[in-house]
Amino acid sequence: MNGAPALADVAGSARRVPFDRVLLLVWPAAIFMLALFVYPFLYGLWLSFQTKEGGALANYVHFFTTDNLYPTIWITLKLALPATLINVGLSLPIAYRLRRKSRFQRWVTTLLVVPITLGTVLVAEGMLIYFGPKGWLSQFVQLLHLYDAPIRLTHNFWGVLISLVVSGFPFTFLLILSYITGIDPVLARAASTLGAGPREQFTQIYLPLLAPGLAICFCLAFVQAFSVFPSAVLLGSPAGPTRVISIAAYEAAFEQYDYALASAIAMIMGAVQLVIVVAVLGLRKAFYRGPVVGGKG
Amino acid sequence: MSAPSRAAAEWHQRAWRGLLTGVMALFLVNVGLIIAAVATSSFARRWLGTWLPDGWTVSWYAEAWKEFQLLHVLWVTVEVVFAVVFLSLLLGVPAAYTLARREFAGKRALMLLFLLPLMVPPFTYGIPLATVLYQAHVGGTIWGVILANLIPTVPFVILVMTPFIEQIDINLESAARVFGANTTRVFRYVLVPLLAPGILAASLLVLVRTIAMFELTFLTAGADSQTLVVALYYAVFAAGVRAPQSVDAMAMIYMAVTLVWLLIALRFVDPTQLVSRVKEHPRAA
Repeated sequence: MNGAPALADVAGSARRVPFDRVLLLVWPAAIFMLALFVYPFLYGLWLSFQTKEGGALANYVHFFTTDNLYPTIWITLKLALPATLINVGLSLPIAYRLRRKSRFQRWVTTLLVVPITLGTVLVAEGMLIYFGPKGWLSQFVQLLHLYDAPIRLTHNFWGVLISLVVSGFPFTFLLILSYITGIDPVLARAASTLGAGPREQFTQIYLPLLAPGLAICFCLAFVQAFSVFPSAVLLGSPAGPTRVISIAAYEAAFEQYDYALASAIAMIMGAVQLVIVVAVLGLRKAFYRGPVVGGKG
Repeated sequence: MSAPSRAAAEWHQRAWRGLLTGVMALFLVNVGLIIAAVATSSFARRWLGTWLPDGWTVSWYAEAWKEFQLLHVLWVTVEVVFAVVFLSLLLGVPAAYTLARREFAGKRALMLLFLLPLMVPPFTYGIPLATVLYQAHVGGTIWGVILANLIPTVPFVILVMTPFIEQIDINLESAARVFGANTTRVFRYVLVPLLAPGILAASLLVLVRTIAMFELTFLTAGADSQTLVVALYYAVFAAGVRAPQSVDAMAMIYMAVTLVWLLIALRFVDPTQLVSRVKEHPRAA
């Protein structure tokens, strides 16, 4: 780990180290990221404090006092948190069940890649037909007389929630599966020779080792769900119950051309995501203390 | 353990497994039907509230091709995707080489810089990015779209390529240098041939992700620089203006383009690589 700096010190004391030109190779990518990722972010932060009237915080005050802006935080949380809990909650047991390499595992993982690759726009279009009032699902439900009133799963909260599960579940499943398959099965076998059944193996071996991965997976799935845009517009009712925060930011930027307000909304969006991420990672630390990575080697 | 309780435990376990398989099957069947619904509608002469349409036709495809100017849209998509693949490799592979081979001050900060764009969702940084690009007058052009799409793909290439480069024996490079090769020649004659599988995997993953990248393209594209997925969004958004079958025909064309490349990609990469960035490298073995 720290062998290289020590070596450089020794060489440096003897004579000047010739500049390592290989280090130059990292600069184009680093400059690119600084110019197009870090700079726009800082510029957006600066822009969000630029206001024509009122104090520096006028854009933020405007957001938190306007009736169709501040509720978007709550509306988005109400969609993103249940969706993430459903996705992680479903993925964990199923991925655990499929942890051993098998032909079935290969098939399932390949099939689940399809909705991820197709993306939310195509899934939204398909859901509009399939879950629509005259779609196959509604016809099937009425054929079996499960529920006779017309079912409404599009252009409302449920449409967006379902779409978040359809596009989010494959992501969380594949991520958790890659974490689980990274855990050495020898540990579980050792536990089973000591009499641990599948449930004990899960709670005593896998779960503690998975905790860091699960926390990261939850965070990634949550921030994706929190910035939901296309399906909230196409499958929800973007003026009402699914007016999520990204719609508010988009409207400010591209319909009112108020880039300062749009940047402020983007910063608020990032801040809420950060709060949840910090909370989840903090919770993980509170519940589990131990080696972050274990069982290798 | 007594016999009845053991039987109960076994029954419990079997029921639990059945439940999990059922949930998975339910999910996959419904996703399959969502896709099948698009396909059915795109071939339907008329489809109103019945199990299957009244008649079949392929004329919607010709209509969609003309109406949505798909030739132009497809050409823009090809240009964007290949430019993004080429540029992200050009920027990403040398950076991955340095990160794989050297320890230096600030390496951790640099890794963070390359990890963040993969963690932060595109819509969050896309709005300030679009603002900057429009002020630099590249917003709304094809170059704006390409630049925006490079932000998640350059770090992605770096993270996929770094373990690949770490696997290559450093002695091969040293041998080449002993015989007088400079860094350029080491890259050209030693590293690139050895890295070919990794570069292929990285470029296919970038390709598939860029075709499907909606948010960044949506925020930075003008009327002439829309890729297929953004054009599809606008078509669905303006549903009611045109026949729904025509929109579905366009959706099918998008699906065909994406799935062809996905199938090619799956020959060379593991499906889990599309979500988790780095394959567990078999160094421990």
